[in-house]
Amino acid sequence: MKREDIIKPENKVAGKPRLLNDKDMHYCPGCSHGVVHRLVAEVLEEMELEDDCIGVAPVGCAVFAYSYIDVDWIEAAHGRAPAVATAVKRLHPEKMVFTYQGDGDLAAIGTAETIHAANRGENITIIFINNGIYGMTGGQMAPTTLEGMKTATTPYGRNIELNGYPLNISDLMTRLDGTCYVTRQSVDTAAAVRKTKAALKKAFKNSMECKGTSVVEILSTCNSGWKMSPVAANKWMQENMTQKYALGDLKKND
Amino acid sequence: MSNDKPEVMLMKGNEAIAHAAIRYGCDGYFGYPITPQSEILETLEALMPWETTGMVVLQAESEVASINMVYGGASTGKAVFTSSSSPGISLMQEGISYIAAGELPALIVNVMRGGPGLGTIHPSQADYFQATKGGGHGDYHLIVLAPKSVQEMADFVALGFDLAFKYRTPAMILADGIVGQMMEKVVLPPQRPRRTNEQIMKECPWAATGDAIKRGHPNVLTTLELDSAQMEKNNERFQATYRKIEENEVRFEEYLTDDAEWLVVAFGSIARICQTAIDEGRKQGLKIGLIRPITLWPFPYEEISRLSKKTRGILVVELNAGQMIEDVRLAVEGRVPVKHFGRMGGIVPDPGEVLKAIREKLIDEQE
Amino acid sequence: MAKIFGAVEINRNRCKGCDLCVEACPCDVLALHKREVNERGYLFAHVVNPDACIGCGACAAVCPDSCIEVYRFVESLPRAEFKNNIVKEAKIA
Repeated sequence: MKREDIIKPENKVAGKPRLLNDKDMHYCPGCSHGVVHRLVAEVLEEMELEDDCIGVAPVGCAVFAYSYIDVDWIEAAHGRAPAVATAVKRLHPEKMVFTYQGDGDLAAIGTAETIHAANRGENITIIFINNGIYGMTGGQMAPTTLEGMKTATTPYGRNIELNGYPLNISDLMTRLDGTCYVTRQSVDTAAAVRKTKAALKKAFKNSMECKGTSVVEILSTCNSGWKMSPVAANKWMQENMTQKYALGDLKKND
Repeated sequence: MSNDKPEVMLMKGNEAIAHAAIRYGCDGYFGYPITPQSEILETLEALMPWETTGMVVLQAESEVASINMVYGGASTGKAVFTSSSSPGISLMQEGISYIAAGELPALIVNVMRGGPGLGTIHPSQADYFQATKGGGHGDYHLIVLAPKSVQEMADFVALGFDLAFKYRTPAMILADGIVGQMMEKVVLPPQRPRRTNEQIMKECPWAATGDAIKRGHPNVLTTLELDSAQMEKNNERFQATYRKIEENEVRFEEYLTDDAEWLVVAFGSIARICQTAIDEGRKQGLKIGLIRPITLWPFPYEEISRLSKKTRGILVVELNAGQMIEDVRLAVEGRVPVKHFGRMGGIVPDPGEVLKAIREKLIDEQE
Repeated sequence: MAKIFGAVEINRNRCKGCDLCVEACPCDVLALHKREVNERGYLFAHVVNPDACIGCGACAAVCPDSCIEVYRFVESLPRAEFKNNIVKEAKIA
């Protein structure tokens, strides 16, 4: 069969979703953010939420998330996205409100806002990108940095005595009565990407139905920060990150 | 109840803020308890406006969360506010800077207590610099309203919101602990309806209301701009707004200034103590007048400059170590002596003390 | 009974040459250019083995820059040919 006969609109099974615009993303080659951005755009599009959605962007590498996904966005101060989203959802209960946060934003500077929004059961979705490092500021230790992991501020590896333990904040959030869905996914393989998409769909549905707080943690790679090739970073994530941060649904209220 | 006979009520200044906010048609309040302003949140919770007007009231986990909730609500075009007292307002500064940079309308109430640090729960005016000179990082201003009475606490809610929406900039009610805690009679404004989402979309076309298709394009509220040339343009736009506010929104009140040889400058409830001191001084034959800046920013530089040309000396009376005096001196440009009388630590002077200070610091010095 | 034909189109100037699609492809359809770079200076992914593509979409799924479009056409086939196809898909799984 000829290539021209296959490449026809009716045969298209994958590509860039319409809500993801044509701007070149500023992310490093191989960064997981790009995949998650596409999934968010795809799910919003498929659920027809484009006209019913307000996103809250973080401070961190994803600070420019609003530049790429064409829905209404509010760019929050570092760590405060869940507080911003709390007010937005309470004032617009009919809208789908989500935050998109990295590990520093969500689990260090914004821990209080994250825990309290989830504990109040705010009807929002928290998309949590966990790559165990501060990407934007140049690869410093994150709360989720693994023991022994080298970063710019733990050049000899994370030392528990000096730096404390890696924070498994999603597990913590399963214990809060306000959360209805806590899941940990990844985007390193096609199968994982499909699962993450399903998780986002479920979370967004929960938020529309006001069932409580949904947390979708996505184990991600920061190959620049980790100083690996994108392919090696995926492998490293599979072998190391998943040991501390187990994949799968952590809490499901139905 | 007939419309021509307003209902006079007795309440605390803090309670008046809560009542006035509901009646303004405010969409949301987010706050954290701190003395001496907790009655604002308490009154709102007791009045349950979510059952009547639909207003959202939420006790947040911190002042940091509160101000960021205000940032979020304001970003969607809703009329939202928060309140706190000095240490809590310090915590909010980052968020206030974001609200100013986002060109968002919002109201912040600071019922000042004495500092620095944890300080005291007693009244103070020591946050003048913080409120009028920016407070947080970057070049910005808040519109700062200083109420002297429970009536003004109520009235300035609507004024603050109206100015905030008119100029797309945050406004602050800078009250002291006295006016927050004292009970006085007050006439509350009539109940206004909250704006509908359709009205908000029309009046605030910039707001992230989550209607990208209906509007025809997405709205993004961000304070980040990495292109220096564009960031300078943004700053120039903010400054242009501030110049407009300075031109149009200076507010003050004068008392017996027509023939005054000596001028007192004071704001908030302290101005009333000064007024009593002036009355007593007048009885003793001293020609003293008062100017009370109502907007601390924009500051009434021109009026104070004008008055300074026909007075022999000026006393600035504040509950702090000397803050507004700097603006008064800028206005006076060295024409006449400008002296300061202040109490700190939560101590409020009585009229006799103020009159004594007028005599000793101004009149005795020159006569 | 069906036979699957796949094809991918790569927006070469959007590609950053991360290599994830090459790794994800079960049929070795893709490779990074060895010397040629796109207008942003990246070695970009391109199709080296077009006939092997089954349109599974794995490359597009893991692509962080949404630069891959995948097309898939399923042709009904007699039973014998279908068997061959099953073997091919089983290898991938």
